Amino acid sequence: MSVAHMSAHEREEIETEEQRALGFWLYLMGDAVIFALLFATYAIMIPGTDGGPTGKQLFELNNAAIETALLLVSSMTFGFASLQVKAGNRGAVLLWLAITFVLGAAFVFLEVREFAGMIAKGAGPDRSGFLSAFFTLVGTHGVHVTMGLLWIVILGAQVAFKGLTLPVASRLHRLGLFWHFLDIAWVGIFSIVYLPGLL
Amino acid sequence: MEHETGHGLRSYLIGFVLAVVLSAVPFWLVYTHALPPQRTLLVIGIAAILQVLVHLRFFLHINFTTTPRENVLALVFTALLLFIMVGGSFWIMFDLHARMAL
Amino acid sequence: MFGKLTIDALPFYSPIAAGGAAVTVGGALLVAAVLTYLKAWKYLWTDWLTSVDHKRIGVMYVVLALIMLLRGFVDAIMMRAQQAFALNGGGYLPPEHFDQIFSSHGTIMIFFMAMPFMTGLVNIIVPLQIGTRDVAFPWLNAVSLWLSAAGAALVMVSLVIGKFSTAGWTGYPPYSGIDYSPGVGVDYWIWAILISGVGSTLSGINFIVTILKRRAPGMTLMRMTPFVWTALVASVLMAFAFPAITVACGLLALDRLAGMHFFTNANGGNMMNYVNLFWIWGHPEVYILILPAFGIFSEAVSTFSRKRLFGYESLVYATAAIGILSFTVWLHHFFTMGSSAGVNAFFGVMTMIIAVPTGVKVFNWLLTMYRGRIEFHPSMMWSIGFIVTFVIGGMTGVLLAIPPADFLMHNTTFLVAHFHNMIIPGVLFGYLAGYMYWFPKVFGFAFHRGWGLGAFWCWIVGFYLAFMPLYLLGLKGMPRRMETYNDPTWQPYLLVAMSGAVVVLCGIGCMVMQLFVSIRDRNKTRDLTGDPFDGRTLEWSTSSPPPPYNFAVIPTVGDREPFLEMKEKGIAYQRPAAYEAIRIPSNTPIGVIIGAFAFVLGFAMIWHIWWLVLAAGAVVFAAVIVRSSTDDQEFTMSAAEVKAIEDERFRTMGSRP
Repeated sequence: MSVAHMSAHEREEIETEEQRALGFWLYLMGDAVIFALLFATYAIMIPGTDGGPTGKQLFELNNAAIETALLLVSSMTFGFASLQVKAGNRGAVLLWLAITFVLGAAFVFLEVREFAGMIAKGAGPDRSGFLSAFFTLVGTHGVHVTMGLLWIVILGAQVAFKGLTLPVASRLHRLGLFWHFLDIAWVGIFSIVYLPGLL
Repeated sequence: MEHETGHGLRSYLIGFVLAVVLSAVPFWLVYTHALPPQRTLLVIGIAAILQVLVHLRFFLHINFTTTPRENVLALVFTALLLFIMVGGSFWIMFDLHARMAL
Repeated sequence: MFGKLTIDALPFYSPIAAGGAAVTVGGALLVAAVLTYLKAWKYLWTDWLTSVDHKRIGVMYVVLALIMLLRGFVDAIMMRAQQAFALNGGGYLPPEHFDQIFSSHGTIMIFFMAMPFMTGLVNIIVPLQIGTRDVAFPWLNAVSLWLSAAGAALVMVSLVIGKFSTAGWTGYPPYSGIDYSPGVGVDYWIWAILISGVGSTLSGINFIVTILKRRAPGMTLMRMTPFVWTALVASVLMAFAFPAITVACGLLALDRLAGMHFFTNANGGNMMNYVNLFWIWGHPEVYILILPAFGIFSEAVSTFSRKRLFGYESLVYATAAIGILSFTVWLHHFFTMGSSAGVNAFFGVMTMIIAVPTGVKVFNWLLTMYRGRIEFHPSMMWSIGFIVTFVIGGMTGVLLAIPPADFLMHNTTFLVAHFHNMIIPGVLFGYLAGYMYWFPKVFGFAFHRGWGLGAFWCWIVGFYLAFMPLYLLGLKGMPRRMETYNDPTWQPYLLVAMSGAVVVLCGIGCMVMQLFVSIRDRNKTRDLTGDPFDGRTLEWSTSSPPPPYNFAVIPTVGDREPFLEMKEKGIAYQRPAAYEAIRIPSNTPIGVIIGAFAFVLGFAMIWHIWWLVLAAGAVVFAAVIVRSSTDDQEFTMSAAEVKAIEDERFRTMGSRP
């Protein structure tokens, strides 16, 4: 009786996690709409420089390339963490999460430095419609990455203290979706903002 | 989610290599100006779309067999909506730009 | 310390504004006093405010909607009264106050009346109709509720502290930008919408997962009730369209707070992009509101005609088609922007096409009624009144879909009449039909029919009196939102419209009486069977009110009308050999806490109290982290407890006179 009951309970728990996975996926789709409309707004506002600096004068190809590399490698290292979750290897999960965190933090650092440099040059978000759109689009992505970093810390702590339980593993799975999703958004940013801006 | 470890590792590595190539080509083109701007833009666009697909396939593990049907449907629906919203916005706003410039 | 907030924010500058503030504060104090007198605070907190039960959350949504309906209606009747006497400046409201009233009327009716009403009904009924014990994410559901309430509270607070927006419910820049609206009004509007919009997005996701993943065994997609179908499509629209208004309002907020230039006149801004973004959300929003109402009409018409719904499949496909098409018509809200003919033609044609699936549904309902044994329950009356009136609104809509005609009607009271003609019969009548249909299910006693019919007749007569004159005035060229005018031929029409608002007021009076009489007589009118209308769908198979777990045994579904089938086969009300323990989500105060601090966050943003923004944001953030790190969020109701509840149900059912 108790065995049958437990398995029903476990089945319920697995169903719950499936529902969470779908719910989180739908959230990501909604987030994709937000990014898409910010991209559209950016493209519409490229001519709105108001005589101020253009992308060509402001963007640095090297910086964008390093940022791209950091995010891409971090996507892979997060993948390695996910594999170690499946293998049940707690220490390795923590190690890969830590590496992912460092890469993500470096990305945010580069972005903040870029923003600060532009603002110091008088090319802040209040300079022109074009720059408003640039800062908002890239900044929204940066805020997402920062949230992801925070989430890595929180889940890292859960892995350390609770172990790789079913709820913790499923949270890690959703964080993985989020992290890979941010990399996709970044593909959009370098392909729509930086590269065409520097052509 | 059901892959064994070896298969999963290979998936991430393949995805990584493809993504590196698909990023490096457009960056290299912009860096060297090897092609005329229109062509470069085209390559950037194609590489971006391919790279998004690579990420979906190899990092997010979307496929038509093991991914739950609802998730794939949601993704396809989102793609349709993004096309409508972004395409529609461009059509409307660039049409307006053109008429304002007259 | 207090940002822009000073003592001057209190409305002592005008007796009318001070009166509004006094009513708001007085009403809140009165409610608090009654609760204290009844010693109901603890009950309210433990059984309601912290509840994650979808039925209770739904009821709280509907209560919020009814309160906001009153507030929005007060705005409406004030506008009608102003215009009735405003010939040559004869009204009683100064322009700035009149502008706040029409802005808050639209904002409240769409975001804080219709949205919560819809979300509430979906919350209560969908899990019951698909045979599950709760929504997929019960706690998130509470968060959605309290975020909606926080948004509504911001609009209410603007009556007392500061002023509301004068930029209309759509808040078009550049007027809503900081240069032309330097006060806090537009900020109240922005933050009310942003905060409640997050709640709506989460609700949409929650319902999609609930409907897709938690249906009872045997309930295939094509066995779902029409209401569940329309709720599903509306939820998809909520999850995918609300991000657009988040972007539109968010960028406007950045313009106002951070001096950006998305929508400004100068510095490279592009104000038409706001209009574009706003209506990418705005048109699907119309269908978010109206589709669930269509579902309710389908349920009521079928139940009270004693017939299966005619053309179920066509209704489902029409609903799905509307779901996609609703994303392809948004430019018709701004034909006058000046697009080229090709663009206007495309969106005009799409607009006419979307009328087709809606027309299909009208025939579904008509043919369901045809040769049915119709019972004129108030819900049926709302449905019939809707069909007749809605067709008129649909026709004026197709007229407005023709760009050259729209150029003439744009911004006139013809447009005002048209969209009220869609939204009052289409949306509100539907929700009121659902409210009167499911009331006995939710509370376990009958809802008085006479007062319900009275409410219906007052509403529909009042509607025609109030809005048919506006069609004529629009054709005569009267612009909307006029605080004063000098054409004496307009005044008779506006007096008729005013009388219509008074008749609607009588309808609202009937609704209050209906509640009062029904609650007073509740012990005489208990619904012991759980099935007062000989219902067809699963919600009627459980008790009224349903137990916390909805179904002691999850039903197995074999038909589109599962409960009717069970009754026909004689297997309804069967009891299992033994009950099983049931896991139920535990109540939690975190939903209320997040809502309360989201309100504080919005308020601090509006008044630029930056330390409070940080503090409130930190609390919200911490609450989310704490909750999402908690593993065990349920408690177990033992088999014996379940059995006790079920025994009691079957005992009282047997004792039915």
